[in-house]
Amino acid sequence: MSSTTIQAIFDDDDVLLSAVKDLKAANYHIEEVFTPFPVHGLEKAAGLENTRIAIMSFIYGVIGLSFSVWMMNYMMIQDWPQNIGGKPSFSFAENMPAFVPIMFELTVFFAAHLMVITFYMRSKLWPFKEAENPDVRTTDDHFMVEVSTSNDVKALEDLLNKVGAKEIKTKA
Amino acid sequence: MYSFSNKLRLGAIILMILGALGVGYSFYSVPSSTDEVKEMMSHNTEHNGDLAKKEATHNVEADTHTTEVNVDSEAKHLEHAFHAMQNRPWSAAFIAMFFFFMIALGTLAFYAIQYVSQAGWSIVLFRVMESITAYLLPGSLFIFGFLIISAMHGNHLYVWMNPDLYNPQSEHYDPILMGKSWWLNTPFWMIRSFIFLFGWNLYRYISRKNSLLQDTATDLVHYKKNFKASVFFLLFFVVSESMMSWDWIMSLTPHWQSTLFGWYVFATLFVSSITVIAMVTIYLRHRGFLPHVNDSHLHDLAKFMFGFSIFWTYLWFSQFMLIWYANMPEETAYFIPRLLGPYQVLFIGMLVSNFVFPILVLMNSDYKRLPWFIISTGVIILLGHYVDIYVMVTPATVGNHWQIGIPEISPMLFFLGLFVYVVFNALTKAPLHAKGNPFMKESEHYHY
Repeated sequence: MSSTTIQAIFDDDDVLLSAVKDLKAANYHIEEVFTPFPVHGLEKAAGLENTRIAIMSFIYGVIGLSFSVWMMNYMMIQDWPQNIGGKPSFSFAENMPAFVPIMFELTVFFAAHLMVITFYMRSKLWPFKEAENPDVRTTDDHFMVEVSTSNDVKALEDLLNKVGAKEIKTKA
Repeated sequence: MYSFSNKLRLGAIILMILGALGVGYSFYSVPSSTDEVKEMMSHNTEHNGDLAKKEATHNVEADTHTTEVNVDSEAKHLEHAFHAMQNRPWSAAFIAMFFFFMIALGTLAFYAIQYVSQAGWSIVLFRVMESITAYLLPGSLFIFGFLIISAMHGNHLYVWMNPDLYNPQSEHYDPILMGKSWWLNTPFWMIRSFIFLFGWNLYRYISRKNSLLQDTATDLVHYKKNFKASVFFLLFFVVSESMMSWDWIMSLTPHWQSTLFGWYVFATLFVSSITVIAMVTIYLRHRGFLPHVNDSHLHDLAKFMFGFSIFWTYLWFSQFMLIWYANMPEETAYFIPRLLGPYQVLFIGMLVSNFVFPILVLMNSDYKRLPWFIISTGVIILLGHYVDIYVMVTPATVGNHWQIGIPEISPMLFFLGLFVYVVFNALTKAPLHAKGNPFMKESEHYHY
């Protein structure tokens, strides 16, 4: 039995949000929602799993911190100890306060950049990639919900009309 | 309407009585002359040896140890120990009264920020904040009384008040303090303190009055008045809070200065205040008095606790690193007893409890919604910031020979009891739901 995917266009984020909730309540499977901007609460309404990127961000931060500790120790203590401002230059612990800004910056740098790269990879985005939006209006002021059903298409279309969809079409 | 539970009231009163007895005892047991000090020391040889060892690294302000004959140095040493012992109960009482006072002050600033930013989420917490700031007036009276006693030479915490320092004929003449005396002189200092305390209390009075009137009002005139009052209060506060911290705390070590000190004290008082707001809110909600406070409100308060703990560390480190890096004797004097001297345990310990602990514990977003988690983290944060104030004050007043005993614990108990009594008494005075506020609806439905 093949399933049909219906694309419904909405023109208001509040209507979209309540429509998604109604569809979920009616046990329809929402495949994808395209919005021009993040809609608050939509990820919960659409039943997405919580993102795990926060955990990765913490791990990336710890990697950055460790890297900076290793780097500063190698540069300033082992490889070429320098006497700057009369500070003892042969001990990492005693020079640590001077390294804190670098440790902080590299923690942020690693967490931020690796998080963005992770996000691109998970979303299958890369430079020059063709856009996947089924409708260009979803990058401007319209919202689209893709719902799939394997039984009664008519019932789904009626429901969509009832919850405020402006346009309904079947995905090719 | 909240009714003060009998258990809590009794607890607060017991704390006050215990604290008052302890404070009385610690003032009573202060030696009245150097002879008594001598006797006390000979009773405790270990204590004596410890003190003699400390003598070598003495650095309490306005204390100029030069090479002298032994007898003279012995007398000086006794004199010094005598002053430290005399200062100890005063210093401990000041720390406790300032700590609870600054919680009320910080809450007032947080409250004003909610008005000025027209925040929508926090309105259901307004009556809690207003009740915490009810402690501002009694707290101010205690502080002002303490300042008057200090100015009348009832204690010697503020060494710059000694008139000999400004007399060129005297052996104690201090040209550095002479140069600062246009700012740091007793009359001007008292006038400033009065203006600060008066201004803060005035705003607290006006904002509370308008907030209560708005409950029954049909238009927004009281709300608008409060908005304007909050703008002017915040303008006044950012300047006066900084000066207050120079006057009351930084001037305990009058030779030393740090341009960041005002902000550093601000970070301490702000994070402590938000923690107390969260704890009182959780208590009241647990008792069922705040039906509109949901997990999202707690989440936001916990986020502030987390964020301002990091902010505090940022300022702490910014002040520390520049002084450490430049390594100028007149600046490092502040950090010698704290970082390398006998206060090291407290100084490093508070970094753990004020930074490492909150950052690791409160980082997870789910934990920020668990009441017991916020309460237990809050207790650690508050203790850490109490130690923070202790380490700001004590090295300058008591010197290197610190200990935690009855003189330190008692005023803390007393002011804690008073704080709890005043705050929860104020909670009974008005409905806990500020229903007239135009953003109330938004706050009730606040959802993150």
